[in-house]
Amino acid sequence: MTLNPWLHGLVYGLPVLLGVMGVGALASWWERKFSARMQNRIGVDVFGPFGVLQPFADALKMLQKEDLVPRGADKTMFFIAPAFPVVLCVVLLGVVPFAGYWDDTGTWAPAILISNLDIGILWVLSVSGLMVFPLWMAGWASNNKYALLAAMRTVAQGVSYEIPMVLAALVPVIVAGDLSIARMVAWQATHGWMVFSLPVVGFLAFVLFYLASLAEANRIPFDIPEAESELVAGVIVEYTGIKSGLFILTEYLHTFIASALATAMFFGGGHMPFLAGLPAIAQIVLSATAMLVKTSMLFVSIYWIRWSWYRFRSDQLMELCWYYLVPGGLVLVACTAVSVSLGWV
Amino acid sequence: MEAWIPLLVFVALTCAVPASMFLGAALFGVRGKKNTPGTYDAYECGEEPDGAAWIRFHPRYYIVALVFVAFDVEAAFLFPWALNLRNMGWLPLVDMAVFLGILVIGWAYAVRKGAVKWQ
Repeated sequence: MTLNPWLHGLVYGLPVLLGVMGVGALASWWERKFSARMQNRIGVDVFGPFGVLQPFADALKMLQKEDLVPRGADKTMFFIAPAFPVVLCVVLLGVVPFAGYWDDTGTWAPAILISNLDIGILWVLSVSGLMVFPLWMAGWASNNKYALLAAMRTVAQGVSYEIPMVLAALVPVIVAGDLSIARMVAWQATHGWMVFSLPVVGFLAFVLFYLASLAEANRIPFDIPEAESELVAGVIVEYTGIKSGLFILTEYLHTFIASALATAMFFGGGHMPFLAGLPAIAQIVLSATAMLVKTSMLFVSIYWIRWSWYRFRSDQLMELCWYYLVPGGLVLVACTAVSVSLGWV
Repeated sequence: MEAWIPLLVFVALTCAVPASMFLGAALFGVRGKKNTPGTYDAYECGEEPDGAAWIRFHPRYYIVALVFVAFDVEAAFLFPWALNLRNMGWLPLVDMAVFLGILVIGWAYAVRKGAVKWQ
């Protein structure tokens, strides 16, 4: 079934957008319940069953707050900065296939996919590289010393961890020989998931990608930009109401989307065994479920780390990146390149 | 080109999220009636803010940015190479080893000079 491309964008884009917003809202409730469980508390339980309506109550409350602009702030930049992060992270999903099926010719075809961009990985890396701009704008425009310090650290961290992320992403690119994420998943469906098909190196590349994603999404142990106990709330300290809400929503979405990307690149996306031979619609439903389960497992692990670990100091963070992760990433790329040239994978 | 159109539509749809939230805040947000003198001050842990926030910052950030640019440009060259590696024999490996070797020397120099060391 081929739709007019404009219509295709609308038909697939709208459910994906609404779905990911629902995930963002649910994630904020789920994290509060999860952290409460880990700390032997009850957590939110007033609105709705088990407090599940809490995010909507929060959003309503945030919408009613007074929109303050601190004295001496750069008004234009302060106003527009919160609009960008959420867009910059959600649009990454435009190239991620959420399901797939074995078509008549015996190849794995993507099913729930907004755009099968030939340069999918480049789109992901370049757009997520833009993420430092709104955070810098917010920190700089606030006219607040804490926000400015946080913005400096955010930018240093964001650009530094982009390098290991690019190097980790190169491993599946070399192995699959393709920049399109949908075709990367198709390669894994026939040759085995990236973490297994390239012994040890594939798994290490996944670990590198995962660590770099944590840093890009500003999650513990890399949550310098927020750093509640040192920098108040980091770059969002001067934002009130729904504008700070947009930054917080972005962090949830960013972790979820990073999990989805890692799943597609290293864990075979929607691929699962025993699908061949089933009707296409059943395959799509099952593989979408598989994708969701894999993504959720990675997502849970991010929050598990968040609530059980500590924060690195800003300098430790930079040293970890430049002394260990960057050379490590280069070694991984070299190993992958040699294995591919020798025809091992 | 065809693949960009759905993506463009998706980007436009996504822009509706912050737009709707800004609109909602403009419609439902309260406006303070009696603002105290401190309302519009920067929040710096209860201390009265002293001077503008646009202070001088440490040059280490500048050096990190410099090192980053070197590696980022290198990444741009790595992708076309990575795509065509299969069935190309040993020559691309040697080429890239020389290219990355120069970069690694630069990296070692930066590390030796303590470019990313915080002191």
